[in-house]
Amino acid sequence: MAMAGTVQAPRSSQARARAWLLGFLRFATVIVTTYLGLLAVTFFIGRVIPIDPVLAVLGDHASASAIAQARREMGLDLPLWQQFLLYLRQVLSGDLGTSVLTTNPVTTDIVRVFPATLELATFGTIVGVAIGIPLGVLAAVRRGSLADQVVRLVGLAGYSIPIFWLALVGLLFFYARLRWVAFPGRIDVAYEYTFTPITGLYLVDAVIQGQWDVAWDVFRHIVLPGCLLGYFSLAYVSRMTRSFMLNELGQEYIVAARAKGLAERRVIWRHALRNAAVPLVTVVVLSYASLLEGSVLTEIVFSWPGIGSYITNALQNADMSAVLGGTLIIGSVFIAINLLSDVLYRALDPRTRVR
Amino acid sequence: MSALPAAPRQGRRAWLLSNSPASRLQARLGRAYMVWLRFSANGLAVAGLAIILLLVLVAIFAGLLAPHSPTLGDLAGARLLPPGTPGYLLGTDDQGRDILSRLIYGSRLTLFVVVLVAVIAAPVGLLVGTVAGYAGGWLDAVLMRITDIFLAFPKLVLALAFAAALGPGIENAVIAIAITSWPPYARIARAETLTVRNSDYIAAVRLVGASPWRIVLRHVMPMCLSSLIVRVTLDMAGIILTAAGLGFLGLGAQPPTPEWGAMIASGRRFILDQWWVATMPGIAIFVVSLGFNLLGDGLRDALDPKEGAQ
Repeated sequence: MAMAGTVQAPRSSQARARAWLLGFLRFATVIVTTYLGLLAVTFFIGRVIPIDPVLAVLGDHASASAIAQARREMGLDLPLWQQFLLYLRQVLSGDLGTSVLTTNPVTTDIVRVFPATLELATFGTIVGVAIGIPLGVLAAVRRGSLADQVVRLVGLAGYSIPIFWLALVGLLFFYARLRWVAFPGRIDVAYEYTFTPITGLYLVDAVIQGQWDVAWDVFRHIVLPGCLLGYFSLAYVSRMTRSFMLNELGQEYIVAARAKGLAERRVIWRHALRNAAVPLVTVVVLSYASLLEGSVLTEIVFSWPGIGSYITNALQNADMSAVLGGTLIIGSVFIAINLLSDVLYRALDPRTRVR
Repeated sequence: MSALPAAPRQGRRAWLLSNSPASRLQARLGRAYMVWLRFSANGLAVAGLAIILLLVLVAIFAGLLAPHSPTLGDLAGARLLPPGTPGYLLGTDDQGRDILSRLIYGSRLTLFVVVLVAVIAAPVGLLVGTVAGYAGGWLDAVLMRITDIFLAFPKLVLALAFAAALGPGIENAVIAIAITSWPPYARIARAETLTVRNSDYIAAVRLVGASPWRIVLRHVMPMCLSSLIVRVTLDMAGIILTAAGLGFLGLGAQPPTPEWGAMIASGRRFILDQWWVATMPGIAIFVVSLGFNLLGDGLRDALDPKEGAQ
C-alpha cells in the first residue's frame, strides 16, 4: 500500500495540498467501505442465514400474533436493503440489541467486559515484543548458528500449537502442580468487593491506588494467560524481526558503519535495528490486533471475564445479538488497528511521504 | 549419496538435468527434479513431508490401524485408564474409549477439513485474483476492495459467528473457515497475474485469437499455481488450528465424532486428575500443524530460492 518512493521535483503548495486531500479522500473511502463491509457481513449473519430470525428471538412457543408483531417490529416485512439501512441506523446510534442471557443492552455489556480483554492483549504484546525482538536480532546476527535454529523452532511451534491446549497444559503445571499462579478469573474473590476499578485495567488501577496486595494478586492472575498470548506474539515478532534485520545487515551502510570502526553492538542496535524498526512497528501493531482476537480461546480456558468469554457464553445460549455485537466490536477494533498500522507506517517511513 | 555406481540411475539423472530437453515432458520432469533436489536438501522440510504422508496413510488405513472402536467405549471396564495400560497405549477417556483409536480416526476429519477448505478457498481466490489482475480497471478496483475488506476482518471471530449462525457441524465449520480464508490467495494471484499480464507470450496468445477467459484460465492461472500452493500449505496449519478451536467451542464436529479439538474440550473437565484425555489430542494437532508448517517452509525455499535465502 506504500506509495512509490520516487524522487519528485518540489511542487507548489497548492499541488501538495491537492495531493494530501486526494490521499485523505482515498483513506476515508477505505475506512467507510471496510466498515460498511463489516456491517453487511454481521447483518447477513444475523438476518439472512437464520431460517426465521423471529423464531431465534421469541422461541418456538410464541403465538402467531406475537410472531406477526415481532416481524413488523423487527422490520422483517421490509425489503432487504431497507432492513440493512435500519440496521445501520441502529448500530450507528450505539444500539446493538439486547442480550437474552444478561438482559442488558449489548453495548453496556461490552463496555463492561472489553477492558479485561484489552488488559490481557496488552500484557501479551508487551511480553511478545520484549522477548521477541531481542530473539529475532540474535537469530539474524548469528545466522545459521544453533541459536538461530532454536529461535526458528520456537517460532514454528508458536504457529503450530493450539492456544487453548497450551493454556490447559499451562494450568495443569503452573496452577495445579506448582501453585505458582492464581486461577480463575482476573482477581481473587476476596478483593472483588473491596477493590474499585477506575479504568477497568485492574493492574493499572491497583498500582495508581497504591494497593500493592491487590496488584500482586491481579498479577498472579494475569501472568499465565498473558505470557501464553505473549508466546504467540513472540513467534510472529521474532520471525519478522529476523527477516527485517537480515535485510538491513546486508545493506551497504552497515559495511560503511563497520568500516568507520563503530562497535558491532552499536552497528546492530543503533543502525540496523533502527531501520528495521519501521516495518516492525506494523508487525507489532498487527500482532496486537491478532491477540485481541486470539484471546477469545484463551479467555474461556482461564474464565477471564473478557469479550471472548462473553461471545462464547452467548454462543452456547443462542444469544445472537450478543454474538454479533461482540463480533462487530472486535471487528471494528481489528479494522481500526489495521488502518492505524498503515498510517503509522506512512508516518515513520520518510519515503512514503507525499511530496 | 550411495557408493554404488548405479549406471542407469546416473543416466536418468543426466536426462533429468539436461540443459536441452528434447520434449515437454522431459523439461517438466527436469524442473520438478530440480525442485525436489532443493527440497530434499532441507532436513526439516523432509520431516514435514514425512509427517503429512504419515497422516494421509493413517487416515486411509484407520480401519486397519485402530485397535478399538473410535465411538463405542467399554464403560464398565475401561474408564479413564492411564496411558500405557495393556491394550490402551494412550489411555482411555471418560466413556471408556481408546484415545489412540479416536486419534487415528480423527485424522480423517482433520484431512477432510484441510482439503475441503483448500479446495473451496484456493480456486475462489485464484479466480478473483487472476480476473482482477487481467481485467484491470474498475473490475480490478471493485474486486480488490472486496478482498481488502475481507482481509481486514478478524478470521477466528468471523468464523465463530458464521458457525454460530449456520449451526454446529463440521461442514459448516469448513464453510465458515473457507469464507474467511480466500482473500490472501486472491492477493497473491493478482500480484502474479500483473507480472505476466504484459509479457510477450500473453500477447502472442491474444494475437492467435484466444478469448480473455481462455487466456486467464489456460495461460495466466498456471503461472500463479506455485506461489499459491506454497501459501495454501503454509495456511493449512492455521486452518487446522481454527477448526480445532471451533471444535473446542462445540461448533465443529459433534460428539461422538472423534474430532481432535472437541476431544480436548471433553477432556478439559478431567485435566487435573486425568491429564492424558485432553493432552493427547493437543499433541496430535501440534505435530500435524508443525508438519504442514515445515512442509510449507521447505516448499517456499525450493520453489522460490530468492525468497528462501532470507
